[in-house]
Amino acid sequence: MRRKISLKPITLFLLLITFVSYGKDEGEQGEHKTDKKTEVKEYIQHHLKDSYDFGLYSYTNDSGELKHVGFPLPVILWDNGLKIFSSSKFHHGEEVAEVGGSYYKVHHSKIYKVDGPNGEIIEDENHHALNEKPLDFSITKNVSLIILVFAMMFFMFSKMAKSYKKNNGVPTGMGRLLEPIVLYVRDEIARPNIGEKHYKRYMSYLLTVFFFVWIVNLFGLTPIGMNVTNNIAVTLCLALITYLITTFSGNKNYWKHIFWMPGVPWPMKIILAPIELLGTFIKPFALMIRLYANITAGHVVLMSIIGMIFLFQNWLGSGLSFLLAFVLAILELLVAALQAYIFTVLSALYFGMAVEEHDHEEGH
Amino acid sequence: MGKLFEDFSLGLFFWQAILFIALILLLKKFAWKPILDSVNEREEGIKNALDSAEKAKLEMQNLQADNQKLLKEARAERESMLKEARDIKNKMIEDAKGEAQDQANKMISQAQAAIESEKKAAMAELKNHVAGLSLEIAEKVVRTELSNKNKQLELVETMLGEKSLNEA
Amino acid sequence: MEIPAIVGAGLVVIGAGIGIGRIGGSAMDAIARQPEATGKIQTAMLIAAALIEGIGFAALFAV
Repeated sequence: MRRKISLKPITLFLLLITFVSYGKDEGEQGEHKTDKKTEVKEYIQHHLKDSYDFGLYSYTNDSGELKHVGFPLPVILWDNGLKIFSSSKFHHGEEVAEVGGSYYKVHHSKIYKVDGPNGEIIEDENHHALNEKPLDFSITKNVSLIILVFAMMFFMFSKMAKSYKKNNGVPTGMGRLLEPIVLYVRDEIARPNIGEKHYKRYMSYLLTVFFFVWIVNLFGLTPIGMNVTNNIAVTLCLALITYLITTFSGNKNYWKHIFWMPGVPWPMKIILAPIELLGTFIKPFALMIRLYANITAGHVVLMSIIGMIFLFQNWLGSGLSFLLAFVLAILELLVAALQAYIFTVLSALYFGMAVEEHDHEEGH
Repeated sequence: MGKLFEDFSLGLFFWQAILFIALILLLKKFAWKPILDSVNEREEGIKNALDSAEKAKLEMQNLQADNQKLLKEARAERESMLKEARDIKNKMIEDAKGEAQDQANKMISQAQAAIESEKKAAMAELKNHVAGLSLEIAEKVVRTELSNKNKQLELVETMLGEKSLNEA
Repeated sequence: MEIPAIVGAGLVVIGAGIGIGRIGGSAMDAIARQPEATGKIQTAMLIAAALIEGIGFAALFAV
């Protein structure tokens, strides 16, 4: 009891100090703060974008030079022939790379063709580059992570499969951890949503997409800062595969429900057909946007709050920001799994709709 | 929306599509199929084991019921045997009793018959005796009468008085 | 006077938030009433929430 009372004046004192120091910041370091603000903003924007080299971190050395630590990745371009070169030629986007008589420059994490060794990117009034863009199949940072996850998953699950054979149908090691998750996907996602009769056909896709999205999301939370799922190209690819599987496994009943909804008067049928048809596109589209937006939003919020730790020039604000960032990071761990789950559940649901056989009761 | 299309990277899409489809196919062959097959097999095994356990339990129950039935039957048999034995015993006792009764009756009736015949014999003897006596008396009376009338009368009188007393 | 698009997007997000909140609340009620149907209710809840979420995202990215 005594302790509690004695804490009060200390807290008050600390609060006073905070206000004082806050006031000081406003006066003396106002300019410095806006500087930092833009720096944080740029850093976040940079983080959200793909890059051509695998940068681990960067720092400014004593002589004021910006140093990057990391390693270069291969750039593969199709521009009147295949062109492969190391991304170190760009010097982290600061220089023009000359390959086989053509000049390329990185602008906003995209490669553009420029006229000469000193060529510049020409922008229109909306800051859209007007330069020609070569077809770009580079192994970027994100592609390298996809390859890493590919290798990891293949290693993990093929090892798990082998351990079943060695140990008479009981997994060992990592398999013990992974088996319940695999069974969860089968028993809680595939079976109830697709149905006992057809679920086996879709298990491979559902399991792969679940673990892929989950692992990639978790990698996005590591300090290496690679976030594959906040690229619309990746989520589009996943959603497109779901859409294609749904469309190609759709049976008579499924198409009938789209084009000639049973159990409604015929004028309604004509109105419903285009809506239902549109729905088949909107569903995977929402799937794509949902994953992309959730991960992007999570990263932006988390990084902004981490940035606030550096923006606050006093320890209370920074401490609170740190606490908030910590809680948010844990929340993001949950979101990483949840988004993988939702993507898989909704995919399974769409497959289930496509293969559903019995007719609904009238009045549906 | 425009920003989305601007961000779209064909290269990333290309690599993602190729790698992801390859991953699905590879994992299907090397991981998912063996894993799910083994899990299915295991589950099937467990289900079979459970089924057989259930079956064994049922059999056990049947056996127990059989045993119960046998026991019941045995008990019933014992009961009936006991009852039979008791019946036999009772009957034997009854028979013995009856026979004894008969025997007794027979003996009694024999005794009675013997008594009767003895009695009859005695009576007959008595009658003979009485007849003899009567003859004697009559002889005496007749003799006395022939000598003394008064004495004769007196004699008859006393003799008759005795007789009647004896007769009664 | 022109209303900026971001305001519209904000309105849509408010609507979506209310909608998802109601879905979640109703699902909780339903689960409390019938705990044995939890799985089915959760699936239905997720689907409905996902559809509304889609509208919200569409509004956000249309800006």
